[in-house]
Amino acid sequence: MEITLNWYLALGVVLFTLGVLGVLFRRNAIVILMSVELMLNAVNLTLVALSQAMGDVSGQVLVFFVISVAAAEAAVGLAIVIALFRKKVTVDVGEFNLFRY
Amino acid sequence: MIAQLLFFLLAVTAIAAALGMLIARNPVSSALWLVLNLFCIAGLYLTLQASFLGVIQVLIYAGAIMVLFLFVIMLLNLEALPHPRQIDWGKVLAFVVTMIVLAQLVYVVALGLDVLPTFVATPEQAAVTGSAQALGRELLTRYIMPLQVIGILLLAATIGAVMLAKRRFI
Repeated sequence: MEITLNWYLALGVVLFTLGVLGVLFRRNAIVILMSVELMLNAVNLTLVALSQAMGDVSGQVLVFFVISVAAAEAAVGLAIVIALFRKKVTVDVGEFNLFRY
Repeated sequence: MIAQLLFFLLAVTAIAAALGMLIARNPVSSALWLVLNLFCIAGLYLTLQASFLGVIQVLIYAGAIMVLFLFVIMLLNLEALPHPRQIDWGKVLAFVVTMIVLAQLVYVVALGLDVLPTFVATPEQAAVTGSAQALGRELLTRYIMPLQVIGILLLAATIGAVMLAKRRFI
């Protein structure tokens, strides 16, 4: 059996769904951020698979940019979690109601 | 034969690690499961002959970003959150929404099955397009402007993170 592009796309679908499940199920803000990273990785995998199948470098350049933006997003997201932890002394997203009047 | 075995081994480990990240109660073990998942994805990049991105994945994701996560978890000295007592209808709704997302993704991929290319590029060509040389040439000629914008974005994110984490900000 030949490993074709479909297998990589299917793996990307499964990993993305697990990331969505993590974002919606977990209450720990840091685990939610990690699930977002998992979703970004699933999309990166499909991009690399398509790029290598077509023999075009552009997809991998896009993956390079996605990784950079993910690093920026992780830094800012974790800083927000630290600031919220100072105020509320928890990372449970059910406890954050700072916009409620 | 060895390529198929490698793919399935890495894919199954990646999915198992993602499940472990979801199920683990302790945030530190969640982070370590995610590191395993990222290593498996780096291995999958290598099976696709994308050697440069495989190295970048290990260096930046499994190295820098996950160390940042672990550092914050240990800085905040987090314990596992307590279990909610009653059945949570929000989670049932979340499961339904996830299944809808899954169904949509499967539908889109299944639609594309007929028009998807089989691997057009031979492994030799794939090794060339996945090399650091080819990527560097594209990055520094055609994509030079986005590359500089990314540099400014990273600077802004660093300054923003320092500002947000300062004690007097909130």
